[in-house]
Amino acid sequence: MSEVQYQSAKTVKEAVKMMQAAKGKGYILAGGTDLLVQMKSGARTPGVIVDVKKIPEMVTVTEKNGAFTIGAATPAAVLGENKKLRKAWPGVIEACNLIGSTQVQGRASAGGNLCNASPAADSVPALVAAGCIVNVAGPNGKRAVPVEKFCIGPGKTSLKTGEIVVSLTLPKRPKGSSDAYLRLIPRTEMDIAVVGVGVSLTMKGGTVTDARVGLGAVAPTVLLVENAAKALIGSKLDDAALDAAADACSAACRPIDDKRGTIKYRTKIAGVLLKRSALIARDRINGVEHRGHRPV
Amino acid sequence: MSHQEHRPNTEGKYKWIGTRPDRPDGADKVTGRARFGADFNLPGQLIGKVLRSPHAHAVIKSIDTSKALALSGVKAVITAKDFPDQPNLIVPTGEMQVNMRDITRNIMAREKALYEGHPVAAVAAVSEAVAKQALALIKVDYKVLPHVIDVAEAMKPGAPILHDHLLTEGASPPATKPSNIAKRIEFKKGDAKAGFAQAEVVIEKDYTTQAVHQGYIEPHATLASAAEDGQIQVWSTTQGHFQVRGFCARLLGVDTSQIRVTPTEIGGGFGGKTVVYLEPLAMRLSQKTGKPVKMTMAREDVFRASGPAPGGNVKVKIGAMKDGRIVAAECIVEMQAGAFPGSPVGPACMCSFACYDIENVYIEGFDVVSNRPKVAAYRAPGAPISAWAVESTMDILAQRLDMDPIDLRLKNAAKAGTKTAYGVTFNTIGMVETLQAVKDSEHYKSPVKPGWGRGVAAGFWFNIGADSSAASHVGEDGSVTVISGNPDIGGSRASLALMAAEELGVDYNKVRPIIADTASIGFNFVTGGSRVTFATGLAVVNSVRDMIRELKVRAAKIWKIDPEAVIWENGMAKPAGNQVGTFEPLSLADLAAQAGRTGGPINGHAQLNVTGAGPGFGVHCVDLKVDDDTGCVTVGRYTAAQDVGTAIHPSYVEGQLQGGAVQGVGWALNEEYIYNAQGKLENPGFLDYRMPVASDLPKIETILVEVPNPQHPYGVRGVGEVPIVPPIAAVGNAIARATGVRMVDLPMSPPRLSAALDAARPRRMAAE
Ligand SMILES: Cc1cc2nc3c(=O)[nH]c(=O)nc-3n(C[C@H](O)[C@H](O)[C@H](O)COP(=O)(O)OP(=O)(O)OC[C@H]3O[C@@H](n4cnc5c(N)ncnc54)[C@H](O)[C@@H]3O)c2cc1C
Repeated sequence: MSEVQYQSAKTVKEAVKMMQAAKGKGYILAGGTDLLVQMKSGARTPGVIVDVKKIPEMVTVTEKNGAFTIGAATPAAVLGENKKLRKAWPGVIEACNLIGSTQVQGRASAGGNLCNASPAADSVPALVAAGCIVNVAGPNGKRAVPVEKFCIGPGKTSLKTGEIVVSLTLPKRPKGSSDAYLRLIPRTEMDIAVVGVGVSLTMKGGTVTDARVGLGAVAPTVLLVENAAKALIGSKLDDAALDAAADACSAACRPIDDKRGTIKYRTKIAGVLLKRSALIARDRINGVEHRGHRPV
Repeated sequence: MSHQEHRPNTEGKYKWIGTRPDRPDGADKVTGRARFGADFNLPGQLIGKVLRSPHAHAVIKSIDTSKALALSGVKAVITAKDFPDQPNLIVPTGEMQVNMRDITRNIMAREKALYEGHPVAAVAAVSEAVAKQALALIKVDYKVLPHVIDVAEAMKPGAPILHDHLLTEGASPPATKPSNIAKRIEFKKGDAKAGFAQAEVVIEKDYTTQAVHQGYIEPHATLASAAEDGQIQVWSTTQGHFQVRGFCARLLGVDTSQIRVTPTEIGGGFGGKTVVYLEPLAMRLSQKTGKPVKMTMAREDVFRASGPAPGGNVKVKIGAMKDGRIVAAECIVEMQAGAFPGSPVGPACMCSFACYDIENVYIEGFDVVSNRPKVAAYRAPGAPISAWAVESTMDILAQRLDMDPIDLRLKNAAKAGTKTAYGVTFNTIGMVETLQAVKDSEHYKSPVKPGWGRGVAAGFWFNIGADSSAASHVGEDGSVTVISGNPDIGGSRASLALMAAEELGVDYNKVRPIIADTASIGFNFVTGGSRVTFATGLAVVNSVRDMIRELKVRAAKIWKIDPEAVIWENGMAKPAGNQVGTFEPLSLADLAAQAGRTGGPINGHAQLNVTGAGPGFGVHCVDLKVDDDTGCVTVGRYTAAQDVGTAIHPSYVEGQLQGGAVQGVGWALNEEYIYNAQGKLENPGFLDYRMPVASDLPKIETILVEVPNPQHPYGVRGVGEVPIVPPIAAVGNAIARATGVRMVDLPMSPPRLSAALDAARPRRMAAE
């Protein structure tokens, strides 16, 4: 039986050192809602697990000049309770608050969701749409990575040995901006996305001036769909623009046929959810409240 | 309104029956004190683990256990060689039948591994970690064979054959070559051909269903301790500890009296815990090591290797006159048995048209083996599958005739005196009353919301009686212990105590119901077939009556009068009238205090083979809407009505209706076993085997229709199984009415429903 060592870091520097010393056998422990499950099933066999929940900057949210920096290990429940953050990025927060259940959210973090590198991770399409920057620390210092470049395949990130994610930065929002995230699951909760779509919009006088679209669960990594954004920018979100953006989402899909959905279904749903998310984001810009998830 | 309090048939008739006290096991269960299967441990125990076949179908050429045995901490390794072979002998298990020859092969593969997850060896070691390591050291030499998963494929000539000895029983002409069709059965009434010829409308359709798991929250778990003198103690989470004893005695070749099985609290079973998996392995490992051996299944093991309910293919044809009268019906069912014969195709066939009074019926069924785990009972085994097909076809007929779906069913409803296609003539039943209750309900009278659909379906289940024993003891202070032998999965302790309190005329809280182990009470058949409150309830009532007879004898002795001159009323012995003399009534406590002087302890006993189970009928009504773009279904309102005989404890009866409805909705919408091309199960966990979660459903409303069973002192009918029969078709019918698209394949999951909606779009647009 392999032995697992538990270590707890108090600073980012310490955590990086521990990870470096573990020589590739180290795993960061944030909420553990992926890691512990994977260890139990034998899918991951770490030599060392490095707990980062005692590093203050990794479990807090700060705001500076309108930009939010989220500690990578901050539990989703804590994010949901942050009113300012929720107001600025309702789509990112609703995505984080879809993870698992109330119990799971007491632990699960956005950083863990990202680093687990599942193409179906719920927060990631919303982070991609938000233009999130991933703040990485490692033996050679710090670097910043656009979130859409962070994962390189299912279960694979671009982190090098000794590197960890410290935080996620959401940029300052121009006025008239909002976002939304929708996922399709066969049930109403406790499920894994068949397709997930995040849309972030900036509008002026009813016209979209900026847009970003993140698309999950339809390719090996979460996609930034630039063609969908292009179709939305300059439009008033009329049917033609929405259809074009939906088609761009469907065209971007490279899904697999599996137990969770067929290629045909996923491709279609990507377009359906794009339209619905975009309209929710617009409603939010116009001050209309939305509870997002599985519109009935 | 969640339940109907108004119960005209029993209102005011009883003091305790029909009330809703807390269940005797309730506090322990909500505080965590209750001990379930995996909570039992003994000093010095070993951990047992099972090595399972990674192949769907393979010859086991050899098994080398030497390396595993050599590992430090490993105390024993067993394979099929450690069990004697068994004869070709059919024994009942719950509502299904199994063959001993097959059971021994199912608990441990012998010549071949027949499904992925089939046990091939087991180890006992000092820890789980060592046991796991040992499994990896066992070398099994397999010759992988072509496999077959699908029933239709398995029936085709040229399909891979699972058992060379299997000749189709009931084939005409008699089978001469082995096949995967274990059995062909047939039920006939009247002349179906002539009936169809006379029909003005004929509807015919083919349906399919997938295997589904019972989904009990508690995985199988057991602890066995074999002593040097040959006695074996077992703790097991089971629906039938007497069955565990009986099966294991045969499998191990020991006397039943050598085995003492104690049932633990049970975290759900639904029929799936009426068979043995781990128990004989743990017992053999304990015999070999002289130590207690504990074994538990992981969830994946539960999915891969414990009995799911079968999937099946059903062809239904119904012929009717324009006024709605059904004149002929036909149903052909092909059903998965899993790796060994014995699917519930019999009950599926028998239940198919049992709700209706039809003159000409033809029913045919096929029991088909394939490389899947052996199926086990699941609430009303088989019936939901044929009901899905029949009740969907009934709905199509109602639409074709432009008739209200309840009126169509009322027109054809079975009544007292109706002869079923399987030969039984119904006594007093409540099909008509139950249909009428739904028709009169606020739900059914309310308008259907625009864009929504309302579906109705009915269902039937026989319910059973069988063997029960019970005892009642009066304590020194006059409080009462009622002892029976059926694990309590649905609140049966509360119902038994209520009947005892009613019979005895004492407070419910003075009666303590106990579930005894196999050595402490006479034989009881499994908790299954919705039999416990009915049959064991009758045994309890009779044991109390036996005790009352003795109490009267004791009072007579004290009063020095004839026992015949004593009556029992409101918990007291009283003289039968003035002519026998004037005596102060004697309470239970009075009599108990003097028991020593009047003849010793006061107990009552009963043992019976109970017949006269009253069949039950259910009618469900559901309102739902379908997301046209995604195929996601939202269930908005759901009402389950059922003929429940007498609701002894109405809350637990409602719980049965609600639970069955929820499981049926899961079966309808998302649940299915998904196999890959290698015959391996792709979704052995609750993430991808999608049972409903709480947020998927509204509160299930219930209507208890009380049509007492004349063959039970309190009118009890079984209630636990009927409620899973109607929901699948109710959901399908509502979808059809909401969208105009008739689904015939289960589950009606978002991808499948969305594809059907897309395929029908041109037709639907043209219709608009
Ligand atoms: C019951 C249940 C339901 C779930 N439902 C959902 C769902 O609906 N949607 C969804 O997307 N997910 C779901 N998940 C998965 C999981 O909860 C999420 O992915 C969660 O966000 C992971 O966060 P965590 O903090 O628990 O990560 P952890 O398990 O601690 O870490 C995940 C992985 O990332 C690595 N890691 C974590 N933080 C860092 C860091 N700062 N730097 C470098 N590496 C790091 C870890 O080493 C590990 O490999 C569910 C899980 C469970 C158990």
